[in-house]
Amino acid sequence: MRGSLENPPPAEGRGHLGGGIHVVGLAPGADLAGFRAAARRLIAADVAPENIVWQTEAPSLFGADSAAADGPPLRLPRAVTELIPMVVPHRDPERYGLLYALLWRVVHGERALMEVASDPLVHRLHRMRKAIARDLHKMHAFLRFRRVPGEGRERFAAWFEPDHHILEAAAPFFVDRFRALTWSILTPEGSAHWDGTLRYGPPGRREDVPDGDGFEAGWRDYYESTFNPARLNLDAMRAEMPRKYWRNMPETAAIPALVRAASARAQAMIEKEPTMPAKRDPVRAVAKMSQDEPETLDALNAIIARSEPLVPGATQAVLGEGPVGARIAFVGEQPGDQEDRQGRPFVGPAGQLLSRALEEAGIDRREAYLTNAVKHFKFTLRGKRRIHEKPTAGEVSHYRWWLDRELDFVAPKLVVALGATAVLALTGKQIPITRARGPADFGRPFEGFITVHPSYLLRLPDEAAKAAAYQAFVEDLRRAQALAA
Amino acid sequence: MDEKLARKLRILADAAKYDASCASSGAPKRKAGADGLGSTTGAGICHAYTPDGRCVSLLKILLTNYCLFDCAYCVNRRSSNVARARFSVEEVVTLTVEFYKRNYIEGLFLSSGIIRSPDYTMEMLTRVAKKLRRDHGFRGYIHLKSIPEASPWLIEEAGLYADRLSINLELPTEASLNRLAPEKDGAAIEGAMGQIGERIVQAKEERRRFSPAGQSTQVIVGADATTDEAMIRKSALLYGTYGLKRVYYSAFSPIPDASSALPPQAPPLRREHRLYQADWLIRYYEFSPDDVAGAADDGMLALDIDPKLAWALKNRHRFPVDVNRADREMLLRVPGLGARAVDAIIKARRHGRLRLDDVARLTSGLKRARPFLIAEDFRPTTLTDRLDLRVKLAEPAEQLSLF
Repeated sequence: MRGSLENPPPAEGRGHLGGGIHVVGLAPGADLAGFRAAARRLIAADVAPENIVWQTEAPSLFGADSAAADGPPLRLPRAVTELIPMVVPHRDPERYGLLYALLWRVVHGERALMEVASDPLVHRLHRMRKAIARDLHKMHAFLRFRRVPGEGRERFAAWFEPDHHILEAAAPFFVDRFRALTWSILTPEGSAHWDGTLRYGPPGRREDVPDGDGFEAGWRDYYESTFNPARLNLDAMRAEMPRKYWRNMPETAAIPALVRAASARAQAMIEKEPTMPAKRDPVRAVAKMSQDEPETLDALNAIIARSEPLVPGATQAVLGEGPVGARIAFVGEQPGDQEDRQGRPFVGPAGQLLSRALEEAGIDRREAYLTNAVKHFKFTLRGKRRIHEKPTAGEVSHYRWWLDRELDFVAPKLVVALGATAVLALTGKQIPITRARGPADFGRPFEGFITVHPSYLLRLPDEAAKAAAYQAFVEDLRRAQALAA
Repeated sequence: MDEKLARKLRILADAAKYDASCASSGAPKRKAGADGLGSTTGAGICHAYTPDGRCVSLLKILLTNYCLFDCAYCVNRRSSNVARARFSVEEVVTLTVEFYKRNYIEGLFLSSGIIRSPDYTMEMLTRVAKKLRRDHGFRGYIHLKSIPEASPWLIEEAGLYADRLSINLELPTEASLNRLAPEKDGAAIEGAMGQIGERIVQAKEERRRFSPAGQSTQVIVGADATTDEAMIRKSALLYGTYGLKRVYYSAFSPIPDASSALPPQAPPLRREHRLYQADWLIRYYEFSPDDVAGAADDGMLALDIDPKLAWALKNRHRFPVDVNRADREMLLRVPGLGARAVDAIIKARRHGRLRLDDVARLTSGLKRARPFLIAEDFRPTTLTDRLDLRVKLAEPAEQLSLF
């Protein structure tokens, strides 16, 4: 429906009637391209609004030529360029004239005209824009698809009667929403078809759409059941869903009966005496329901093991390891690649380094409890390698509950936080390790101790620095061991 | 659709309808993937209206209305004699997808009675959301009711799939909860709201998805003796403390098979309406709870006039307000001027002084605003002092009542 041109006039030359009047013929419906071309040309030729006659329902004579007749693009405030496509679909024949009058004033000194919503012209255009927005909204809301019977790919069709020329403005919404479906929307003015590409076609007829759908009865059931007869408010319903839409909405057939019965139903509810429960009280089930909390570490671990990762990645949950009642517990960050494969904590390179350091510090790894703040491996794939990715503060919070319960069950005397993530999980705060290293108060029923994560030692590039850091780490573990004794 | 499923749908939609929430707004804009279904538009869409004037936006159903709890106000309490039913996860998914394909709904609002245990119930709710997202590539709106008695890690998981989570406070005081909802625990409710609120903020900062359309709650109006003022103060606290998106007020409605622990008389629907208006004043009009309290008498908002007008009538010395000079905060206090009208006034007056005709084009509430404002060519010299102003502006009392 694009394309337009000033009508070739009889005598005075193209687009002119006697007295310098220009006649512009645009295609029926919403001819945005035609209006744009005409407006550019007319502004460039300095033609005042009062010298133009806009013919809206004229057949398009030279459709494809409109681009050739374009004037230079107009530089306009965004408020204006956004308004135009929202007014062009209006069925008011004056729409083009009003828009052109706006353009004329804007390019003649009133650049900020759109801000003056109290101006009669701006006010009127705003109201037209609002009418289009409402029409679009109602079409998106009230259109109902029916399934077209047949084999193969599901096909849907709908019949809708918009107030304005909005089919093309409304269609993209349905593409975004029902991209994987095949559908047609028929209106008295034209039709839109989607099967992976969007095409527009000639007007349809109501009869071209199936006269029912297998889910319509269920939908009406839902509509009836969700209505509360004690709150009848027909004005509110009609204000938002005017009658004119009803005939294309299957559920509205239920309205008369719902309304008729409403007051009697409401009255019956009010008058009805409270009844005695027909079933006996499920005492045991009620008592049992509150015992949902896991009561042992094993029970908690079973829950963690069957839960899905709350971070992207991970093949399995890596549970804590070590005896309940251990005097000392170590909390790391999250499982790494090896831990994720083996399902055990601290078995990768950093874990092996930790084992060595524990041994040197005189701590028997089998008697300590080892776990992680986050129970699942989070990574990004680079080629075939799974590169560890640090959990965010929010992700650490997702896992906090499990760590808390876990440590409740283990009830160690001392908990060693290995690295910043562990500190965050235990305290809820971001604390720099270098400053906080050593004994710490986590505000918990156990003593706290902060040191680096062993992976930090692996990352140090300089061998001498690495050795020194390792010694300091072993020293920290000795101090922790002494505190836990 | 077979009759067995239809029967369940009737029971479980009827059982869910006392939850006032219907919003499908606030989710980030999404489009369907190549093989998927569904989108969100930001503002939400009401796909139909029922004769109670309420919008039908989401498929609002319970997974089951069997319930171990015995909350007096609830139609589904275990001691109620209503018909019971239970959907399978698969059935809810099918209904959602098939209704959605026909453009009946924006998505799903799923809640449930508590069966077996809070954890079990919460897991089932999340399973529905997960199945929709994963197996059907569903990108429409999902609102899940969270069960505050469930283990906290289940809420952590639910937020990854839902657009909105909500926990209904139902009764605004601990005493009322104890009396009318013995299995509920106010501290657990607010604890879970805090958890959700914190996680939503974190996820926003980290650009991850966790209940991106926020959380909401519902309180029942008229089931206990809580005043409007106390209700609004509670709401302001909830908005402030947990970052709630919405507090819904639901006038306690007659239900089939009501409990004798409830007041025999339902509150006027207009009371609910006034609470919504007061709530808006707090959220969009820079009113404080103290301002709302100031508009009320003995803690109750007037039924015949709206709370903004009530405040203005009690603060006549602050009026009339000059539309050409007043700041935004004071313009927002003028009865009849909405927030959008105020912003339009402020923009327009930069380009010239506004006359009464101009103001008339910027608001549809001029009739109510007139006694309270000054324009270039207009001064309401006597009007603000007239004693009968309230009578003149009050709404007829019978509107909105039952019949």
